[in-house]
Amino acid sequence: MCLGIPGEVIEFVSDQPDLAKVDVSGVRRVINVGLLADDPPKPGEWVLIHVGFALSKIDEDEAAAALEFLEGIGQAYEEELAALQESMIE
Amino acid sequence: MKFVDEFRNADQAHALSAKIAALCEPGRHYKFMEVCGGHTHTIYKHGLEDYLPESVELVHGPGCPVCVIPMGRVDDAMHLASNPDVIMTSFGDMMRVPGSNGSFFDAKAQGTDIRMVYSPLDSLKIARQNPDKRVVFMAIGFETTAPSTAMTVLRAAAEGLENFSVFCNHVTIVPAIKAILDSPDLRLDGFIGPGHVSTVIGCRPYEFIARDYGKPVVVAGFEPLDILQSIYMLMLQLSEGRSVIENQYTRVVPWDGNVVALQAIGQTMELRPYFEWRGLGFISHSALRMREDYARFDAELLFDVPGVRVADPKACQCGEVLKGVLKPWECKVFGTACTPETPIGTCMVSPEGACAAYYNFGRLNRQRVKEVSNS
Repeated sequence: MCLGIPGEVIEFVSDQPDLAKVDVSGVRRVINVGLLADDPPKPGEWVLIHVGFALSKIDEDEAAAALEFLEGIGQAYEEELAALQESMIE
Repeated sequence: MKFVDEFRNADQAHALSAKIAALCEPGRHYKFMEVCGGHTHTIYKHGLEDYLPESVELVHGPGCPVCVIPMGRVDDAMHLASNPDVIMTSFGDMMRVPGSNGSFFDAKAQGTDIRMVYSPLDSLKIARQNPDKRVVFMAIGFETTAPSTAMTVLRAAAEGLENFSVFCNHVTIVPAIKAILDSPDLRLDGFIGPGHVSTVIGCRPYEFIARDYGKPVVVAGFEPLDILQSIYMLMLQLSEGRSVIENQYTRVVPWDGNVVALQAIGQTMELRPYFEWRGLGFISHSALRMREDYARFDAELLFDVPGVRVADPKACQCGEVLKGVLKPWECKVFGTACTPETPIGTCMVSPEGACAAYYNFGRLNRQRVKEVSNS
């Protein structure tokens, strides 16, 4: 929850400029990117996501490192991914 | 040893280790606090303390959002949830935190409508889908989650949603660091600053630590090498007689933080005069509540909340662990009565809690643990 999870921006949701579909470890869900309004991410770029909101843009290497860290945490990350899977932000 | 094998850059780690050792003054003991629970996790998982000289000690700080929630607030939330009109929504991390009469999970098992959500935006959706119910979001966390609550409240306001509210327990990290600095229990030489919190608040809020207390702060990433590098940067400052704020995690943390996020928090929330932290007691201006303009989203105003202060279980020493005064294994119930499956204290609940991190990964150098425990 407190630790950001890396996601790759896939596409923006039409008619909703604050929402984007991201891929987090294979789970594709919609998140809010409104907090990056000063420098919005583009499809293919990576973001750190906290509870459904992208808080910062990161590069691909950082995303890989963050992912490795989270996978090391184990169960907590699996639970976070399971929660994300249930998420239906719109 | 497991942690060496896992290291992708063992050579670099050893090189940093040697550089840190070279900076140690003979006879001096160094104590650095890693504020963030994520860092605690990395330190235990990779056995980083074994890369440090005996004279460099890491103490674990209060940066675990679930750990610092006092029992009285859990009881208040439970009281809110027991209202038959209410659907309580909460992050999964919060579900196992024990109150006086069990956790959210226990209450849910007994039929209380408590739903786990990934994001406050999911709570908002539940509110839209249940217009005849009042949906309360149990908002917890530091500045990493406060912006999401703020943005969700702004969204609810824009939609004119009337059955959504927030039970606001957001806390801010800087006053907690100040409370630790002012505490007579602990003498610290510097701080490993939190990584993701700093993506929001930036590095400036730490400046008083260097200016008024003469202690260095290095904001650090979560890789093992990030943490060793940050310890080296702290040691270098001390050896040169400097104390400034440095950012080791520049690849993610901007010096000024996330301005949009800070604006969203500032628009919807304000500092409380004081707030109780588990273990640290009441700390001035250390938590957020809804601003008057958004009072219609404030569950504390909309519902009757008992607000009773509840003492922690006597056996539990989370307070001392959160202040860095005790190591997890020095707590009387650690690993015996208190385990991640049956937590007594909050530090055992969250994976970011020092006790859970230590319990899950254990220390490999037991001899040193024994020495520390006996000293």
